Amino acid sequence: MSTLTEAPPPLAPAEPAAEAPRKRGRFTPYWLLLPGILWLIVFFALPLVYQASTSVQTGSLEEGYKVTWHFATYWDALSEYWPQFLRSLCYAAGATVLCLLLGYPLAYLIAFRAGRWRNLIMILVIAPFFTSFLIRTLAWKTILADNGPIVHALNSLHVLDLTNWLGWTAGDRVLATPLAVVCGLTYNFLPFMILPLYTSLERIDGRLHEAAGDLYAKPWTTFRKVTFPLSMPGVVSGTLLTFIPAAGDYVNSELLGSTDTRMIGNVIQTQFLRILDYPTAAALSFILMAAILAMVTIYIRRSGTEDLV
Amino acid sequence: MTTDNSGDVRLSGIGKTYGAFTAVHPLDLTVPQGSFFALLGASGCGKTTTLRMIAGLEQPTSGTVRLGDQDVTHLPPYKRPVNTVFQSYALFPHLDIFENVAFGLRRRGIKSVKKQVEEMLELVQLGEQARKKPHQLSGGQQQRVAVARALINHPKVLLLDEPLGALDLKLRRQMQLELKRIQTEVGITFIHVTHDQEEAMTMADTVAVMNGGRVEQLGAPTDLYENPKTTFVANFLGTSNLIEAEVDTKDGADVVVKAGGDKLVLPAARCSAPAPAGGKVLVGIRPEKIALAHADDAGAVPQGRNRLTGKIADASFIGVSTQYVIDSPACAGLSVYVQNVERDARLVPGADVVLHWSPAHTFGLDAAQAIDAGTGEEVAA
Amino acid sequence: MPVVNWLKRHLVVIAGLFTLAYLLLPNVIVTVFSFNKPKGRFNYQWQRFSLDAWKKPCGVADMCGSLSISLQIAVWATLGATVLGTMIAFALVRYRFRARGAINSLIFLPMAMPEVVMAASLLTLFLNLGAQLGFWTILIAHIMFCLSFVVTAVKARVMSMDPRLEEAARDLYAGPVQTFLRVTLPIAAPGIAAGALLSFALSFDDFIITNFNAGSTVTFPMFVWGSAQRGTPVQINVIGTAMFLLAVLFVLVSMLITNRRNHQKA
Repeated sequence: MSTLTEAPPPLAPAEPAAEAPRKRGRFTPYWLLLPGILWLIVFFALPLVYQASTSVQTGSLEEGYKVTWHFATYWDALSEYWPQFLRSLCYAAGATVLCLLLGYPLAYLIAFRAGRWRNLIMILVIAPFFTSFLIRTLAWKTILADNGPIVHALNSLHVLDLTNWLGWTAGDRVLATPLAVVCGLTYNFLPFMILPLYTSLERIDGRLHEAAGDLYAKPWTTFRKVTFPLSMPGVVSGTLLTFIPAAGDYVNSELLGSTDTRMIGNVIQTQFLRILDYPTAAALSFILMAAILAMVTIYIRRSGTEDLV
Repeated sequence: MTTDNSGDVRLSGIGKTYGAFTAVHPLDLTVPQGSFFALLGASGCGKTTTLRMIAGLEQPTSGTVRLGDQDVTHLPPYKRPVNTVFQSYALFPHLDIFENVAFGLRRRGIKSVKKQVEEMLELVQLGEQARKKPHQLSGGQQQRVAVARALINHPKVLLLDEPLGALDLKLRRQMQLELKRIQTEVGITFIHVTHDQEEAMTMADTVAVMNGGRVEQLGAPTDLYENPKTTFVANFLGTSNLIEAEVDTKDGADVVVKAGGDKLVLPAARCSAPAPAGGKVLVGIRPEKIALAHADDAGAVPQGRNRLTGKIADASFIGVSTQYVIDSPACAGLSVYVQNVERDARLVPGADVVLHWSPAHTFGLDAAQAIDAGTGEEVAA
Repeated sequence: MPVVNWLKRHLVVIAGLFTLAYLLLPNVIVTVFSFNKPKGRFNYQWQRFSLDAWKKPCGVADMCGSLSISLQIAVWATLGATVLGTMIAFALVRYRFRARGAINSLIFLPMAMPEVVMAASLLTLFLNLGAQLGFWTILIAHIMFCLSFVVTAVKARVMSMDPRLEEAARDLYAGPVQTFLRVTLPIAAPGIAAGALLSFALSFDDFIITNFNAGSTVTFPMFVWGSAQRGTPVQINVIGTAMFLLAVLFVLVSMLITNRRNHQKA
């Protein structure tokens, strides 16, 4: 009846000494929360309520609007603008996939292969943020110009024939086509993909790669079975941070696209700021919000990651 | 002994509950001024909670904490003349070593701290490192900064919460001696929380073994080791062989018990169980007190010693000693440690042996307790 | 085939560097074209080298005015969002209270909402209240959408902070206020700084929400937007290039300083 006693396992539940949230003043948390939360309620939540009510109003700018529970606005808006809706979701999805494909190698490079260049590459990823994104988006007009080197190259490699056939481009141009818009969207939201990916990759213990290699996994298998699953939180938040703003964007479509590439953001913007048809604009905006929230919720549930960003 | 008792710590009826969970059952404890006191127990036994109540970091649910004659139960930690060396040190990462050590002095409005801080850093042999940040120091150095940061305030009592837990074995030995030296030098009451029985025994004058929110036994290390009063203490401090036995006769100073077919004798003074004749009792004996003889030499065993027969099940050579596991009719799996003075080549697994020891080394425990409490193998409740 | 093997081994690096090039190409173009002397009103085609725009960065009507408005809004929005966001982050990490879930969602939602939705709904509110659109409505909007990002940044930092550090401070004679000022705040500072920096960048660069709620006030991104229709002055590129260089320089200098400090002490 004897054993050497080194460190016995806990008998009782662990001492709750380091319980995270502690109580000090009973009202202190509420005072701390009050100003910020009030700000969000008044300038974020309340506007959504106003918008919901606007969407079921009828009337005109001159006579004023009244709530008449006119839900037909939703139906009218959808039946008129469903192509733009669909287009927004397709473009955003395309840009998200491209961001993932482009962003993952770079994030991986920074996390595991950059060595002493890590900080420099990090700076180069973040620094463009400080040049207004509109200026940078305008630069794509130069890059994709009709007589520019890129279009020439694509043309001589017959890539444009392929994209024309797919309907992504038209004629000898890239500018003013869906390809240009998706290209711009990808460019604009790429850092939002790279940073969360990098954060989750960086947390992975390098020894796991060695362990996988030791257990007969080839590099590609290691990536599929170890690295990628462990970076899932980054993939999930990266795709959300890319897809959501891309779906609501209208800048890229406006600057790099044409009337054939109008996205739902363009429609909302025009309805609100030029046509001044507030109920339709509010309804469209509401549908966009509902659609995105629904998709995000399903996506988060399915990927099983609750913590974001 | 000094007559100053301002460093006495008196806990009376102090207890702590979290909802339905009782972390510390109301307990009384007096730690005299200038002593080195250890609270020993497995994690979750309530030792850290007790320490935190003395520090003021936890409000007791019941009872009072007194320092000398002052009731400090309701004083916040920053008003108590008590300082703590935290587990994993809790050095301020944004301040350098000098400022870490000066922190307490500055908060008490002391302006010229330079001399004191330098002296204190000298005491812990870190004078050179004053302008480094904590993360630039090794674990042992960080540990000494934590001690210096607390001691510079001349607290009445210094509380140490697993101060050596993060160090490797060799450094831990070294720091044990170092802390003991510092304590002797400054003469402050130290209360030390640890789960390492060896650390507690090396350093402390008095050890309180805690289990399940209660103090199981309190005393000097030798006393606890030689004369454990509960199975938990017997198993948690070192290793014990506990043999289930039945009381045969009880005459004055000695109790005779039957285990298997053999009779064993233990001093009544070393039996913490009531032990009426015919009642059950657990007979305890430390593995290093047992001598081993080959069955062929059974005749050479002196009279008056407790003896059991058995067969060697396993032997492992560990340098200074050989540890045997012996199956005896009285009890399976007895541990015996034999010093490597003259090794008997016949003592190999399978050999029949006689175990014998002095009755004076035997102790008796209440058989109503779990026999494996504190071994680390008991089924978690 | 050594070449194929080499390519295989360095595939990730090659792909990563390609992405990096994709990210930086527009900045190269912006920089190069800041030395252009375009023929027409638009600066999309290279003509010839000129330093004109760099010599007169404010040579375009209203551009530097809009830049100054953007900077002012960014500073105030950063300040407001950082203070309010830090308070929320502390409350969330340090205290237990009712409606925690609801508050977490309220903070998460603005980040999961397309900008155009927030922009449109906020405009609805302002129109309904009859608010005068301009500097103040932009500022309100910017504080609103920066808040969540500050909360996230600070929360992460405060959560990773060892609660024992504050206990150590209290044990060493620091009262609640001193503990907060001397220990909690300095340790949370990197998180707060990150939140503030992010707020500044987001606010300075915001276009969609601003465009909806600006009235007749013109921020720098709105100026650029307008110029994309009317004609893009080279000075836009000068500002863009200067901001990029300033950012890189700022980071490099701060890294150099921390490096040197660490070396001196090591």
